[in-house]
Amino acid sequence: MSAKKTFQGGSHPPARKRATQTSLITPLPPPSRVIIPLSQHTGAPAEPIVAVGDEVAAGQKIGEAQGFISVPVHASIGGKVTGIGPYRHPLGPELPAVMIESDGSQPSPEAPQPPGWSVPSDPKAMIEAVREAGIVGLGGAAFPTHVKLSPPKNKPIDTCILNGAECEPYLTADHRLMVESGDDIIAGLKLMLKILNCRRGLIGIEANKPDALAAMRERIREEDGLTVIPLQVKYPQGAEKQLIWALTRREVPSGGLPMDVGCVVQNVGTAKAIYEAISRGKPLTDRVVTVTGPLIAEPRNILAPIGTLFREIIEFCGGTTGEPGKLIMGGPMMGLAQASDEVPVIKGTSGILVLGPGQAVLPESQTCIGCARCVDTCPMKLVPTKLAKLIEHGRFAEAEEQGVLDCMECGTCSYVCPSKINLVHLFKFAKSKILEERRKQKDGQAA
Amino acid sequence: MDKPPDRPDTLLRVSVSPHLRDTVTVPRIMWSVVLALTPAFLGSIYFFGVRALWLVLIGVVSAVITEAACQKARRRPVTVSDGSAVVTGILLVFCLPPGVPWWIAAVGSAFSIAIGKQVFGGLGHNPFNPALLGRAFLLASWPLHMTTAWRAPSQGSLSGIDAVTNATPLSMLKSAQKVLADPGATTEQMVQAREALSQLSSAYGNLFFGNTGGSLGETSVILLLIGGLYLLFKRYIGWKIPFTFLASVFIITGVFGGTDGLFTGPSLYHLLAGGLMLGAFFMATDMVTTPVTFRGRLIFGTGCGVITAVIRLAGGYPEGVCYSILLMNAFTPLIDRWTRPKRLGEIR
Repeated sequence: MSAKKTFQGGSHPPARKRATQTSLITPLPPPSRVIIPLSQHTGAPAEPIVAVGDEVAAGQKIGEAQGFISVPVHASIGGKVTGIGPYRHPLGPELPAVMIESDGSQPSPEAPQPPGWSVPSDPKAMIEAVREAGIVGLGGAAFPTHVKLSPPKNKPIDTCILNGAECEPYLTADHRLMVESGDDIIAGLKLMLKILNCRRGLIGIEANKPDALAAMRERIREEDGLTVIPLQVKYPQGAEKQLIWALTRREVPSGGLPMDVGCVVQNVGTAKAIYEAISRGKPLTDRVVTVTGPLIAEPRNILAPIGTLFREIIEFCGGTTGEPGKLIMGGPMMGLAQASDEVPVIKGTSGILVLGPGQAVLPESQTCIGCARCVDTCPMKLVPTKLAKLIEHGRFAEAEEQGVLDCMECGTCSYVCPSKINLVHLFKFAKSKILEERRKQKDGQAA
Repeated sequence: MDKPPDRPDTLLRVSVSPHLRDTVTVPRIMWSVVLALTPAFLGSIYFFGVRALWLVLIGVVSAVITEAACQKARRRPVTVSDGSAVVTGILLVFCLPPGVPWWIAAVGSAFSIAIGKQVFGGLGHNPFNPALLGRAFLLASWPLHMTTAWRAPSQGSLSGIDAVTNATPLSMLKSAQKVLADPGATTEQMVQAREALSQLSSAYGNLFFGNTGGSLGETSVILLLIGGLYLLFKRYIGWKIPFTFLASVFIITGVFGGTDGLFTGPSLYHLLAGGLMLGAFFMATDMVTTPVTFRGRLIFGTGCGVITAVIRLAGGYPEGVCYSILLMNAFTPLIDRWTRPKRLGEIR
């Protein structure tokens, strides 16, 4: 067999997927209360269209999209709206959300096809259905999917890529989905090809998931233009630009989008959601979440209604076996540490990871010894050590010149650093400083 | 009524991702280098006697004490346990003639750490390889000790060739080639020089195993290779600098190093003799003082090789490894600036 495709650079953090990679996706019993943030996507937050005291049905739209880069949100359980206001949000600050409480009398959230649903057949109607279903990229970035499916006329798409790499350690949600819902995923991909008027569909899967590779291969036919491609096991294989380069040798230009090189990349879970939205009118009200980590009593993959609190999900998985050290939404490389488990699952929640107290201790940073491991492994081919020195001295303009805005915060440099320098932290800081400066200049010009 | 509390009772620790870190640390890298130098260290005791053991110990103790004293004086945490001062101490003594008095090792090591490293701010901040800076200082200050205190190995001759017992391998080569190039040389000198040069190949075995004269830790190619390959295997050093360094010395000495015209040079001899292996695997790969970029490392290694070959073939000293690395150290910041990699998706 030929060498498996991959990108340049990258590292090999321990996979730690064994605990959940064979566990069937278990639907979570509908919780009695959900908190559904109005902003779960990149772009403008949705505006609530229900009021406190309203009765809502599962699947009912409760927040309307604002503008093109925005999506609506839907009730994930049926019940009564008991609060609209700022609630704890996994992305950090308190943000507007709708709280729904159920007395348990509501039917299960497995929303039936809306009455009078007719399967759309032309691309425009299909894109509208995807938008109305509130679908965003489920890999974590939560970018509105209908935007990706509506490239401008001058950017024709010739390659549609399904991302089944799942390179983050611990996470197996996409893996299980490929094994258990292969038909829906492939159907979703075919719909995307139709929408984009595109002939080629590639499915990239890291080679450490042979059962997922087999499941996908069984369901495709080459004459449909579909190919399953095993990828080398390396972090961050599933990063958009790295995946595109690995599969097509095309470089997404700095500051650009995949559509600039004729590609659209969608997570496998997103493909399934697209299929469900177009064929059945099902809104995105639940998602697969890997609940894992050394402290979770029964690690497993669950299908959780959006808005379920982390605490309830952890309790469903048997609770924790000791004092937790760190709670992370997502994987350990790019996930967001949570101060509290009273936060809801959102559309971008791919995992709930609980680490022990030992893993929560921050290593002490030492001086850079110039070992260049960060330079050798940076998948964007930046020079992290140099950028860090510039940023430490407040030289943001130079850091920008040297490409710090291209940093996708994958964490590879911080991971490999023997001096344990918090490189990603510095880059996030510099990026916010640079963007703030840009905003100021813009405002200055406008005034 | 059953609202979630505004603030939960206890908050968990948060920090910026990634939440996983590799197990490699600076001390682990440094102590691995010490381990990699151990075969050559044991070899030096075998070839030059227990004196080698004492010299290395004195060098290491001096380096560690100097580091601790400087850090105390600078009111900085004392970090001698990270192993970096130990590495410097060993490397400094490794490039001294085995017959130097004990205080040369002590003074050289102290200079390496104090002036070569701590005045710049300690580990990570020094522009030059501290051990090589220490050696250069000793050579300038006590040239007699540094150029005459050679010892023949316990079981062999100083040059590695039975017929020549008064010169180290590279100085033997240099003086023989000088005689042949000198029109005023006597016939007897010419005959001796030809004799020596014709026997070069008989020295390969001794050079490979280390049974020759030379600096204390530089003589055994095989023992240094074992350590160097271990570091390569652990990925604590890369192949780029050692490979380009060795290859450029091999090529240039092969092309220009002969007495019978181009392409007649004893390139294999140049590869095996002197401090090339020690320098290429343990000094030119010093992380702090070498470029971080891919192309930068290729340039660095090649530059070291070119300068080494030029000094060996045309310079006043028989050996050029030390100065070649120090000179290239000076260019490291510039090289890094010139060779910044093209970013993924960057349009230049």
